[in-house]
This record gives sequence, C-alpha cells and structure tokens, in this order.
Amino acid sequence: MEFLTETTASGMPVVLPWLILLLPLAAAVVIALFASRWEKLSATLSIAAVTLSFAGSVFMFLFTGEHASDVPERKLYWLDVGSFKVSLQLLVDRLSALMTLVVTGVAALIHIYSRGYMSGDRSVSRYFASLSFFTFSMLGIVLANNFAAMFIFWELVGVSSYLLIGFWFEKASAADAAKKAFLCNRLGDVGFILGILLLWGLVARKGGSGHLDALNFASLAQAIRTGDGLGELATLAGLLIFCGCVGKSAQFPLHVWLPDAMEGPTPVSALIHAATMVAAGVYMLCRVIFVLNVPGSDALTIIAWIGGITALLAALMAVQQDDIKRILAYSTLSQLGYMVMAVGLTPLQITDADPNWVGPAPAMYHLVTHAFFKALLFLGAGSVIVALHHDQNIWKMGGLGQKMPWTFGTFLLGTLALCGVPPLSGFYSKDSILALAAGNNPGFFAITVLVAALTAFYMTRLFVVAFLGASKSGAADHAHESPSVMTWPLRILASLSVVAGFLGIEGYLAQHFNPLVATHVEPWWETPFAPFNHAPLAAWFGLFAVMIGGSAAWALYRDAERDPLPVKLGELARAMRNRFGFDEAYAELVAKTQDALAEFADAFDRWIVAGLLVRGTHGTTELFGRALRLLQTGNLQTYAFLFAAGLVIVLFFVLH
Amino acid sequence: MTVTLDHYLFVSAALFCLGLLGVIVRRNLLVIYMSLELMLNAANLALVAFSRFNNNLDGQLMVFFIITVAAAEVSVGLALIVALYRKRQTAHVEDLASLKL
Repeated sequence: MEFLTETTASGMPVVLPWLILLLPLAAAVVIALFASRWEKLSATLSIAAVTLSFAGSVFMFLFTGEHASDVPERKLYWLDVGSFKVSLQLLVDRLSALMTLVVTGVAALIHIYSRGYMSGDRSVSRYFASLSFFTFSMLGIVLANNFAAMFIFWELVGVSSYLLIGFWFEKASAADAAKKAFLCNRLGDVGFILGILLLWGLVARKGGSGHLDALNFASLAQAIRTGDGLGELATLAGLLIFCGCVGKSAQFPLHVWLPDAMEGPTPVSALIHAATMVAAGVYMLCRVIFVLNVPGSDALTIIAWIGGITALLAALMAVQQDDIKRILAYSTLSQLGYMVMAVGLTPLQITDADPNWVGPAPAMYHLVTHAFFKALLFLGAGSVIVALHHDQNIWKMGGLGQKMPWTFGTFLLGTLALCGVPPLSGFYSKDSILALAAGNNPGFFAITVLVAALTAFYMTRLFVVAFLGASKSGAADHAHESPSVMTWPLRILASLSVVAGFLGIEGYLAQHFNPLVATHVEPWWETPFAPFNHAPLAAWFGLFAVMIGGSAAWALYRDAERDPLPVKLGELARAMRNRFGFDEAYAELVAKTQDALAEFADAFDRWIVAGLLVRGTHGTTELFGRALRLLQTGNLQTYAFLFAAGLVIVLFFVLH
Repeated sequence: MTVTLDHYLFVSAALFCLGLLGVIVRRNLLVIYMSLELMLNAANLALVAFSRFNNNLDGQLMVFFIITVAAAEVSVGLALIVALYRKRQTAHVEDLASLKL
C-alpha cells in the first residue's frame, strides 16, 4: 500500500502516471463488459476517464522537475529470462510530460466533441470504448521507458486504429481502409522490431552490464555513449528503427494508408491525424534520438530526405483533392514529412557541453502546435460534414460563413495557423524548421519553402471554396451551426492554436534534450518578432511563401464554380489528383507478387504436397495392399501350406 | 543291421511329412484330421526313440501326456466337425471360406 503514498524526488505521487495511463483503459474495459447497452453512460464514462487523465497530466506536467525521473520501479517484470529483464516502468520527463498533456488534452476535447458528432449512431458504446482504448495505447507509447513496452503499445495503437478506422465496417470502403492501414503499419513494424533486436544485439555484444534491462532507453543511451557508438551497423540500426516511424507516421513510401483512413468517423480522423497515432512515429524518433544521432551513422540524412520527399509529394497531392477530409489528410502527411525532416536535420552533438545543440526540439515543437490546429481543422470539417448531411465534397459547400459562424471562425484560425501566418502558432513552429533547414542545406530549405507555399495554396483553396462565395448545393443552403458540445472544443482548440507559439514550448523541449542549452531571455513584447531577429532569412522566406501561395489560390478560386487548375496545368493536375499513381502502382505490384506467389504455392501444393506426398503415400500403400491381398485366398489348406513352408524356411536358417 | 536312432527319426520325419501332405492336399475334414493325428504321432515316435536311446524316461512320460491330451482334443475336434457338418451339410474345406471377405 506504500505504493499509493510514495512520491518521487520532485514530490509527484508515484501512482499519478499509472492513473493517467490506466484510466482510459478502465473506461474501455468497463464499457465493453458492462455498459455496452447504455450509450449515454458509456459516453459519460469515457469522457470522464479521459478528462481525469488530462487533469492528472496537468499535475504531472507541473510536478516534472528539471531532470528526467523514472517513476520508481515496481518489481514487475514483463520479461525475465536469465540476466535479461524487461521491467514495467513509466518514464516521466519533460518530453513525455508535455506529450502526455497534449495527447490527453486533445483526446479529451475529441471525446467531448464525439458526444455530439456520434449521437444517433447505432453503436456509440463501441465507439467510445475503442476511442478510450486508443487513448490508452497512445499514452503507453508516450510513457514507455523501454523498447519492449513501447513496441507493445505501438502494436496496440495499430489494433485500436484498425477498430476505429473500420468503425463503420458495413461500408466496404471503411473495412478496406482499416485493413490497408493495419497492413501498412505491419510492414513498418517488421522493420521496427528488427531494429530493436539489432540494437539489443549490438549493445549486448559490447558486454558490460548492458544486458540487464538492455532495452531501457536510459541504459541504452548510456551504453551507446560510453561505448564507441554502434560501430558499422549504426546506420542500419537507425534505419530499421525508423521503419516503425515510416509505418506509423505514414512517410513515403508507406504513406498510402493515411488518406484512406479518412473512412473512419471524423473525430477519429482528428485523433489519429492530429495528436496521437501519426505523431507517435515522430515522438519515437525524438525519444530515441540517441540511437540516430551517433557518429558514423547516415541514418539521419536518409530520414531527412524521406521526410522532405513526403512533405513535397503530399503537398502536391493535396492541391487537387476535392474531399475536405482528404485535403486535410494530405496536409497532415505533408506536415509529418516536415517533422520527420526536422528530426533528420538534427545536427550531430559534438560534445555534451555544446550550448547550441537543441536536439530534435523543432520537430517536437511543430508536432505540438500541429496537434492543436490539425485537430481543430478536422473537428471543424466534421462540423461542416454533419451540417451538410455527410457530404464531403468542397465543391458542394460554400457560403457557410453566415450559417455556421463558430465553425467558420475557428476553421479560419486553424487554416491561418497551418499556413503559418504570424502571429499564430504554426508560423513559429514552422519557422524553427525553416531556420534549421536554412542553416543546413539549400536543397532542404528550398523544399521547406516550396511546401510552405503549397500549404498556403491548398488551404486557401479549401477555405475559399468550402466556406466563402455562394452556396453550391441545396444542402449548403440549409446548413446550420452544430450544437455547443461540438463548437466548444473548436473554440478551445482555436485559442490553443493561437497562443501555442508564445508558451515557450520550444525552449522547454530544448532543455529536455540538452540541459546546458543557452536560453534567450527576451522581453515579452519582442517574442512575436523573435524569428525575424534570430533567423531573418527563414522567417521572411516563410512569410513570402505563405503570401504567394495564399494570394495565388485567392486569385484562382475566389469566384470559381469548378476547379480551374486542370485546364491550366493539364497532365500535371491529373497526376496530382490521382496521387501520382502510388495506389495503382502498389496495387499492381501487390497483385503481381501475389499472383506469382500464388502460382508457385499452387504448383507446390498440386505437385509436391498433393501429388508426391499424399497420392504417393496412398498409391504405395494401395499397391502393397493389392499385392498382399492375393495371399489371402481364404483356403484353409493354402494357409497350412504357407505356414509349413514358413516353418521350413525358418528352420533352415536356424539350423543351417 | 542294427536299428539306430537315425532310423527311428527317419521314420518319424517320413510320417510327419506324410501327415503334412495329407493336411495340405486332402479335401475332407475327417481325413485332414487323421493326417493331423499322424503328425502328432510322428512327434511321439521321435520322443520315444530319443528316450530309448538316451536312457532317459522323461520323453516317454511326455508321450503319455501327449496321448492323453490328444484323446481329449480328438473328442472335441470330432464334436466340432459333427456340429459343422450339421450346420453346413458338408465336410469339405473348400466350402469353409466364410472368413474371407
């Protein structure tokens, strides 16, 4: 029972992070077992659990001191084989405390919003149970202190996302999308677990005390730092770990599942594509940056290029989509590419005492602000979709400003934040990535600026077409504002999107990665202009990119009834609309491989298994049977003769 | 010429083979039965001959037992053959193939 009253060095009750983690699970279990008939009770339970979790996260955030503090170990081993042990333990430091806050906060708002969005659905209880289970899995990733635990929760996120994306499984497209998401994640996870095993092997080979609790992040980092890195396999290990991120965070070439995952209910899209699942990949990279950021590893360079390619491709695809949720999905892909690229551009830490090294803080910073405004945009889109009776085509919307003032206003703020218009949060987080790229490599800088312009272009297009102008369909004529249970989360998220740039998140994160980092203390009135002082090139380029992209879209789409781009760009526009044929190419590839494999399996089964083994055994036995049957004449005297003959032969051999 | 053990054993073997031949080639159950008895007595003859030439009475003792048991066996066997004949109206082995499927 001392477990309940125990506290850590910084005064935090030990039980607190466990409560934060387990409350959503408890809600999911209780709903699944006992409350599945009572929809209101289920929703209340689920919302209450996540809200309590959020309250706990606030406390945990306030309690988290200067240093990383593992919650004292419970003597509970997940795996105990000889000297190899994996303990169940939670890791609370600045990174996980902040991430827990974001995850529970956004999840709580989405739970509340779902109360309105899902009312009238046939299986509200199942929805809330899955949603809470998903939140639990995600919190597990955030709070895990070793690779084994992280991988388990990683898979749980995969499973629960499958449940949520395929929530409306009666629709074939939803079931297919869930399967696709699950399989793409599986592909990445194979690499992830191989990477974990390789890391374990490398560290165990170096010997020492490394093999005890070898998968623990802290001891792993220690082993890598005190040993001479990871040797020649460092790049491979880093890339295999990155595979997990490629699957979860939907990076090129496994990006295809994310747009299809829009088949799930819109709040699910908001949860999966804003704060949690896709963020897990980037969070994991930041968590294990010590594996990637070692001398002699090229992993980070490749990661940066993958991120850059994803950002650019997805932004191009987003330009020609017509489905409001798909545009947001591609935008998410593109922003995730930004974050991954920012992780990849993390400079090598030369000495521990380098005051300028901030680790992947810009990536985490963008992840946090993106979580706010992307959740806002998805929830806003959900509000529009409900008002238009589940029509998602932006060319059938329009003229919503008067009818849905709250949705309109908050969506505008989200759009501006995503585009990176100062002084909204998106500008600051994007600027820190731009500054990072500018100081690193002109190629990356060009990509980031281009993507920023494209982002402004497609978001302005979305906003102008969907919200402004005249109503383009009867449904849009009769749209009306959503209930307040849906608009309040929008308002809260909108205010967060506005102020997140001024909360000092980046400095807080930089302190996590490098306690010796030099902090710029500047007067509060200069904070909004800080980017222009520190890295004027990046800031001005970012601002111009937004202006060019935004005004181009404004000019093209202000009065448009149909999309003018296909006429202007021709073939290129069609390629963008068709997502550069990735899905078709993959379908073709999978079909070809599968056909070849199936033919081989068929031949093997037909000739080897059925032919040689089954028919062979059967044929040989029957042949012998037929031959031996001739001996069974049924004649007593034949038997007597054979018996005597046998006896003679035996006697002959015995006596001879 | 003196009669040696070999002569007795030769006669015994000849009797045994005749009996076996009878069992194998004859068709009538009664004749087969008699041939069986012939084989039994061939064995008896060999036992008595061994006993006589080895000056050991154990063999003769064994023969008494065999004769006694054979008498009992014959009574049972004949009873079976009679019963079989009543049931099937035949005592020929070709007709007794009902064990074969």
